[in-house]
Order: sequence, then structure tokens, then C-alpha cells
Amino acid sequence: MATKSLKARNNDIANTSRQMEILSNGIFANGELPTFAAKIKESGHFPLRPKKLEILQINLGYMCNQVCEHCHVDAGPDRKEIMTVETMQQCLDVIKKTEAHTLDLTGGAPEMNPNFRWFVEEASKAGIKDFIVRSNLTIIRANKKYYDLPEFFKKHNVHVVSSMPHWTRGKTDKQRGDGVFDKSIKALQELNAVGYGMPNSDLKLDLVYNPSGAFLPGDQMALEADFKKALKADFDIDFHSLFAITNLPISRFLDYLIASENYEDYMHSLLDAYNPAAVENVMCTNTISISWDGWLYDCDFNQMLNLKVASKVKHVSDYNEDLLQDRNIIINQHCFGCTAGAGSSCQGVVA
Amino acid sequence: MSKPYYDASDLRKFGKITEWSEELGNKFFDYYGKVFEEGALTAREKSLIALAVAHTEQCPYCIDAYTKDGLQRGITKPEMMEAIHVGAAIKSGATLVHGVQMMNKVNKLEM
Repeated sequence: MATKSLKARNNDIANTSRQMEILSNGIFANGELPTFAAKIKESGHFPLRPKKLEILQINLGYMCNQVCEHCHVDAGPDRKEIMTVETMQQCLDVIKKTEAHTLDLTGGAPEMNPNFRWFVEEASKAGIKDFIVRSNLTIIRANKKYYDLPEFFKKHNVHVVSSMPHWTRGKTDKQRGDGVFDKSIKALQELNAVGYGMPNSDLKLDLVYNPSGAFLPGDQMALEADFKKALKADFDIDFHSLFAITNLPISRFLDYLIASENYEDYMHSLLDAYNPAAVENVMCTNTISISWDGWLYDCDFNQMLNLKVASKVKHVSDYNEDLLQDRNIIINQHCFGCTAGAGSSCQGVVA
Repeated sequence: MSKPYYDASDLRKFGKITEWSEELGNKFFDYYGKVFEEGALTAREKSLIALAVAHTEQCPYCIDAYTKDGLQRGITKPEMMEAIHVGAAIKSGATLVHGVQMMNKVNKLEM
């Protein structure tokens, strides 16, 4: 189990241009597999264009208390990049005038940003009704200062979305670190105790499943049923929905694919499962991703590959929604991760 | 080194069998797809049966395919191994139950 980010290990893959090189060469350069651009041209989706903006996804920083094997953010305790109050203020200015109805806070562990609570309160005042916090669960148990997070989430009616790779301890800890399963279970029970995830409760608690290895997620509904049955029987835990998310071949997961000699087979799997219907609703068509330092991206994955939006407006300080929405979305071969099978997004399947 | 009889990447070419006999190939794949749909048995149960049979048939392509399929469905390692034991038990049982035939024959032949 890794305890340091790729960046701290000076790993080759931490260099985003190296990742782009891998994704553009090899099986895609020699014609063995078609590029994403070529593939979406077949169904008339090229160039990919935004639709109505619905979600602002803000990355509050890459700092995290966990170092997960598959993390596309390469997050960890050694990552010091976190959003400042000044950038948060610029985001709040955007929140006041955007058409987007949902604010999706992610990280790292967004709760570790010292101004996280202030930001949620201010965004709430600015009129955001639909908050999502992507919580890794263990943060709630990581330190006393986080113990009251369930109450804080409840106060602002935050929709909590949490990662949970499996309902068994072994699979969870292998992907997310020793002890993560037990802490996650405890955190889920605490969220249930304040009303989160209970049947008919307005306090939404959803789980994210992503495969712990070089394979695609199975059917979201079937997995949800299995998770519900097992978590209820073993730990008396309730939750609402399960989002099955495909791992995209970037960052730590790309490093793993290459090191384990699974890269080519994985790309073949993504291509074999390519679904044109999923292209219609890929999340970059209704989301803008803002990085900890205020740059704008088509999605969180493009953020991690340092592919800024193809627009005159590139930074939150220059935000202009009309200008920004009139752009072509930047694509590359990692995008096959969002169009495989029933599709994949931060909200789960899309087709 | 001589080439092996089995090449893992051949599994991806399975669909090509339709090229030399389209109607039969398509009928097979339609049937195959239908078999694995959710039915009286869940798709998960069928995946485990397929994994066990893949082993008793000792088909390396099927083993690759249904191991991956099981992982995708969240099937655990102990579940997969138990399924294989079911296949193995039937295989060994099928061998041993023929022991009765041997006994019958001995009893008939011996004075």
C-alpha cells in the first residue's frame, strides 16, 4: 500500500505531459485502436460541446488523509495544494451569478481545507440549494475536530457522496489503506444516526463504487442491491444510491495499469464496451471543474491532466458563463473511461 | 521458443467466427447473450456457474472471461473458489461413481 503520492515519489507519471504521451501513443498511434475523437465522430458527437451548465465542481485541495491506490487526483497527506480564501471568494462571486444549481465539493478530502465550513456557509447564503460533498468517510473519524461533520452536513442539508469500494474489509483496505473499512463503517453508522441515508430521508447519502483493479464496474443496480443487502445485514447500515464509476486511465491508476501490464487490455476493455449513447450525457457537457488555484476545466480528470478549458476564459477570476459555454470540450483517450458500458460520471451511470 | 496453442488476445477475436459462417455464428451469439441475461437465475449466479464450468472444461479463455466478469460483479475470492470446488467435486464424483461400474464388473467376472 502506497503511503506517498506519485508527486512526492517523483514518479514519472506525476508529470501530466508524460501521461498525455502514453495516452496518445502506443496502441492509439499504431492504429490498433481508434482515438476517442475518431470514435465520437462516428456518431456525430465531434466536436464535443457543452449543454446547459448544471454543476460547478470545485476541488478544494489535493490534501487527503488517505492514499488510495487508484486515486486520479494523486491526493495524500503530502499534497499541500489547497484553495485559499481569496480563490473561494472568487468562486462565491461565480456562485451568485451562475445558472448551475449544484455545487459539488471534492478534493482530496475537502473537509481538510481549513476554510471548508466557512465556504459551505457562504455558498449556502449565496443561494446554493444542492450541495454535494465528496467525503472519504474516514475523515469523520480522523481527528476530534471532524467528529461533528455529520451534524454540520445535516445543518446545511449537504448531499454526502462517499467512496466504498466493497462491502468486505479485505477489498476495501487493499484499495484504500489498512483500517479504512472499519472507520468507513463507523462513519456510515454515525451518518445514519443523524438521519443520513435512511429510507425516505431528505438527507441524501450515496455511495461510490469503483473497481479495485483492471476491470470495469458491473451493473450499477445489481451492485447497489448487493451492497445494500450486505451492509444492512452485517452492520445495519442504510444508504440511498450506489454510483458505479469506471476508473479512468490517468494518474495513479494509469501507473498501476502500466506496472501490472494491464494497460493495453484495459484500453481494449474500454473500447469493447464503448457506448455511443453514453457520449450524449458525459459529465463534461453539464459540469465545470474548478481547481484549488482557480483554473477552469471540462472535468476533474482534465484538471488532473492539466488540460484547461479551450476558452478565452480560463480562470475563475475572469469567469463569464456565456463565453465559457461556447467552447469545444477537450478530449483524449482517457475519455473512453466515461463512455464504457452504461457510461460513468461523478453521478454514476449516464446511459 | 515455439508458439503456444493458446493466445490470450484470441479471446477478443471470438466474434470473428461469424465471418466464415454468419448465420450459425449469429445464432450462437444471440443464444449465448440470452442465456446470461437475468432470468429465473440472477446474472450473478450464472456467472459463478460459468466460472465453475470454465474450469471443468479447462478452457483458458472462459477462465479469463468469467474471472473478470466475477470481479466486475463484486463476486469475492472465496465465492469464486467455492464455485470451482463445486465443479471439481462433480468432476471427481463423476470419476468415482464409475467405481461402481468397476465393482459390478469385478463381481460379475470373479467366481
